[in-house]
Amino acid sequence: MNAVALALPGRLARGNTLPILVVSACFLAFWYAAAIWMNAGLIAGRSSGLDAISFAKAAWSLDRPLLPAPHQILWELKTSLFDARLGTPRNLFTHIGVTLSSTLVGFAIGVTLGILLAIGVDRSRALDKSLTPWLVASQTIPILAIAPIVVTALGSVGLKGLIPKAIISAYLCFFPVAIGMAKGLASPDSAQRDLMRTYAAGARTTLTKLQLPASLPFLFASLKVAAAAAFVGAIVAELPTGAQSGLGARLLAGSYYGNTMQIWAALIAAALTASLLVGAVTLIERLALGPKGARR
Amino acid sequence: MNRLAGLIALSLGLIAAGLTLAALARSPAFSGHAPAGFWLGVLLAWLCAWAANVALSRTPATGRLATIRDAAVPVAFGIWLVLLWEIVVDGAGVSPALMPAPSTILARLGEAAPTLWADFRQTALKAALIGWLIGCASGIGAALVADRFPFLARGMAPLAGLASALPIIGLAPIMVMWFGFDWPSKAAVVVAMTFFPVFVNTVAGLAASGALERDLMRSYGAGWLRTLIMLRLPAALPFIFNALKLASTLALIGAIVAEFFGTPIVGMGFRIQTEAAKLSLDMVWAEIVVASVAGSAFYGALAALERRMTFWHPSVRMRTA
Repeated sequence: MNAVALALPGRLARGNTLPILVVSACFLAFWYAAAIWMNAGLIAGRSSGLDAISFAKAAWSLDRPLLPAPHQILWELKTSLFDARLGTPRNLFTHIGVTLSSTLVGFAIGVTLGILLAIGVDRSRALDKSLTPWLVASQTIPILAIAPIVVTALGSVGLKGLIPKAIISAYLCFFPVAIGMAKGLASPDSAQRDLMRTYAAGARTTLTKLQLPASLPFLFASLKVAAAAAFVGAIVAELPTGAQSGLGARLLAGSYYGNTMQIWAALIAAALTASLLVGAVTLIERLALGPKGARR
Repeated sequence: MNRLAGLIALSLGLIAAGLTLAALARSPAFSGHAPAGFWLGVLLAWLCAWAANVALSRTPATGRLATIRDAAVPVAFGIWLVLLWEIVVDGAGVSPALMPAPSTILARLGEAAPTLWADFRQTALKAALIGWLIGCASGIGAALVADRFPFLARGMAPLAGLASALPIIGLAPIMVMWFGFDWPSKAAVVVAMTFFPVFVNTVAGLAASGALERDLMRSYGAGWLRTLIMLRLPAALPFIFNALKLASTLALIGAIVAEFFGTPIVGMGFRIQTEAAKLSLDMVWAEIVVASVAGSAFYGALAALERRMTFWHPSVRMRTA
């Protein structure tokens, strides 16, 4: 019993848990200190002659602080998620839902197109030679800046709402998936390909029985990047067009009205949603590949 | 050799035919209401060009000729993509509010050059470049500190990995609140966006040197600093350069998108937003062209520097051999 209790801190210190906890605690402490320092100017104008403790308390409970304390953000998050009525624009779940739906539609389109293009590139040498340099070069282009064009252009022909945002998400997913998948399809070595040939397997059988299974680890690595990119794309697509709902619109509205807490709450909600998205892809990866990628 | 030259000449001829078709599509007789025969001709020319490309990519070649072939195939493909864009927009009379023709964008690039230069200076040279420099320097610096104190590395690395998947661009309105409307707030967003990938990659790179080499350094009696400079930093360079290249793309995106949250009346993001609202998409596309060329040039410069500094790495040696 005693030995276990003594061994526990040692095991914690060897693993990553204790370091993560310590770093997180330092980060929170730094945040609270920074909140006092940054909000000091706002309090000094209002009241004077406060002792240190009530000064800190005042700095951590302002309505529109320059930097809100973490507990204030959590409180705002709780109010806007659970206290506001569901389905109204005041409830943050509404905005998460709007952004998430265009993310998922765009993700599905982009991933499908990316996989199809990778298969095309794998089949046709001419397509590979013609297209791959442009695919790689396109990675250096600030693609997100195209978002307003797509949204405005599609809006002018009557397409509004979910579809334009989904197209931007799809565009952002498309490239990492196409490149990762092309790498994956090319990953089986010549011995494995020769084996397929000795079985007299055609191109289609080689694709479904050898190349597609072999490409799964590459595909999932790309899918994680693509999921995060699709989400950012959906948020940014809401910015330039004055959208009424969605996390991007929420950020923009908070920025217009100087509502600090609303910005921070939307930001934390976005961060949580992004982690959940990437986490979901990781979970599917585990299920598909078995523990530690056993199928490889 | 002869087959290669013949096919390249054929490609050039077909591109000339495509240019003629594009000019035809622009002429008043065809613009907006091109007949079916015209589209058949376009389709035929494009199919011929594609067939020439397929044949070109299958032509055996070695040495310099292979380099020429591998450059010619994607260039021909790219030129045809732009040609088809031009022909379809002019011939079918697509509204310029939906998609301007490449020639219109090119004309706008020339006309609006002073505005474009002012926007470029504000967004790329001030916000993106300064933010990139600070973000990368602090990312590498933090990785070195974390390397000196392994406890810190074990605590920070998982958190930084998490942070690099977050929509950090959302910090933009907060940075505007802290640093004002001008470029420092955009540079701050760029710093936040570039810091985490550079940190994560540098930490990974510092772990990349082999145990054998590290033992050798220890047997020489070299300390942490000496081992770092002579062995581990050079070994980490491929990872660091990957991060610098990734961060250069992120920096330009971050600087442009951050301007959607409020800016003085100059800057690429500001221009894109206001011109898109006025439906003058040729100006928006002109900004995109400037951003793409600048982004690719910076990326290319970093890649060239990488080849010079990591000449010993297998991926570079294989390319030059």
